[in-house]
Amino acid sequence: MPDIEKFIEIEVLRYRPEQESEPVLQSFNVPFTDDMSVLQGLQYIKDHLDGTLSFRWSCRMAICGSCGMMIDGKPMLSCKTFLRDYHPAGLRVEALAHMPIERDLIVSAEDFITKLESIKPYIIAKEPRAVSDGEYLQTPRQREMYEQYSSCINCMLCYAACPQYGLDKDFTGPGVLALLHRYNADSRDGGAAERLELGYADEGFWGCTAVGYCSVVCPKGVDPANAINQNKMNSAINYFTRFVPGKGAEK
Amino acid sequence: MSATGSDARRHAGGRRPYVRSMDGWWKRDPYFIRYMAREATAIFVAAYAIVLLFGLYRLSQGPAAYDGWLQALKSPLSLAFHLAALATFVYHTWSWFNIMPKTMPILFAGGKRVTPAAITSAGLAAAIVMCLVIFGIVWRIA
Repeated sequence: MPDIEKFIEIEVLRYRPEQESEPVLQSFNVPFTDDMSVLQGLQYIKDHLDGTLSFRWSCRMAICGSCGMMIDGKPMLSCKTFLRDYHPAGLRVEALAHMPIERDLIVSAEDFITKLESIKPYIIAKEPRAVSDGEYLQTPRQREMYEQYSSCINCMLCYAACPQYGLDKDFTGPGVLALLHRYNADSRDGGAAERLELGYADEGFWGCTAVGYCSVVCPKGVDPANAINQNKMNSAINYFTRFVPGKGAEK
Repeated sequence: MSATGSDARRHAGGRRPYVRSMDGWWKRDPYFIRYMAREATAIFVAAYAIVLLFGLYRLSQGPAAYDGWLQALKSPLSLAFHLAALATFVYHTWSWFNIMPKTMPILFAGGKRVTPAAITSAGLAAAIVMCLVIFGIVWRIA
């Protein structure tokens, strides 16, 4: 332990539905060391200063996707963000933008989960396959077509970064559309036609206006803006080729 | 800012999810301001297209009308508009080619993946070459 304890001011947007009609900021002075994440700062508050503070977390190593929040206005994983980077100015922590606040730093993920389920985020086999058929084979290039998108951890930071989702909740949104593309781009998958019905709908790819911030904030290097916008071209081709015999939308 | 009543009624057991306002969303992050600037350049692109279309219309009315349009382009107000349009066109070009890699499928060249930076650079280089070619042609005609 260092000789002189350092402190940092953490402002937290509190919302306790039973006692507040709208969220209010509450400030905490938290002792910290250079190796402490923002999540650990919040855990210090919960353990020592105010046990009523609510937030989600699990793995502490940027793979569970539970601890996303707005840190100084930017969507971040609090386990992957360090208090030392905000010293001495302090920081403000709020629930992820664009989603309803359930309590304090916890948002309602219902809409995201419903949309995620709707795109069938799993491999749909092209034809029935027995274990005796052996494993699927894939070339490095076939793998590269989807690998990056498969790193998604469902943390919803991209939804907090997407103003189109904030303005229109019908928009399927970056993360789910990136996963839609992830499975469609997989050579083992045969479910593209049913997923594209959702992708080509007004709420799908076309709801995106290429702000591109989703790809910047992703903590796992997924590029949702790329997954979505390359499909706009496919969607346009699909739309026009339906007038060409033997091609098109019914495929 | 207000909690949505319908949400509150839908959820039993004291849940009252709070929905935050989107007012002024584009001022919240410098990234959104740059995005809005990129989109706003489309206004100048459209305005300049109208100026050119109007020139075509004047051309259809005969040499005198067309000369009048050419003279109008030389006014200080028109020159100021052209300078402003040039600046926004440069930003439009730069911002568009920056987002272009997002609009393209994964490309391979010589067995290697083409990087987003290479796509952006190729686009910008093509734009510069085209500008110089068109400038050269116009210079020879004029």
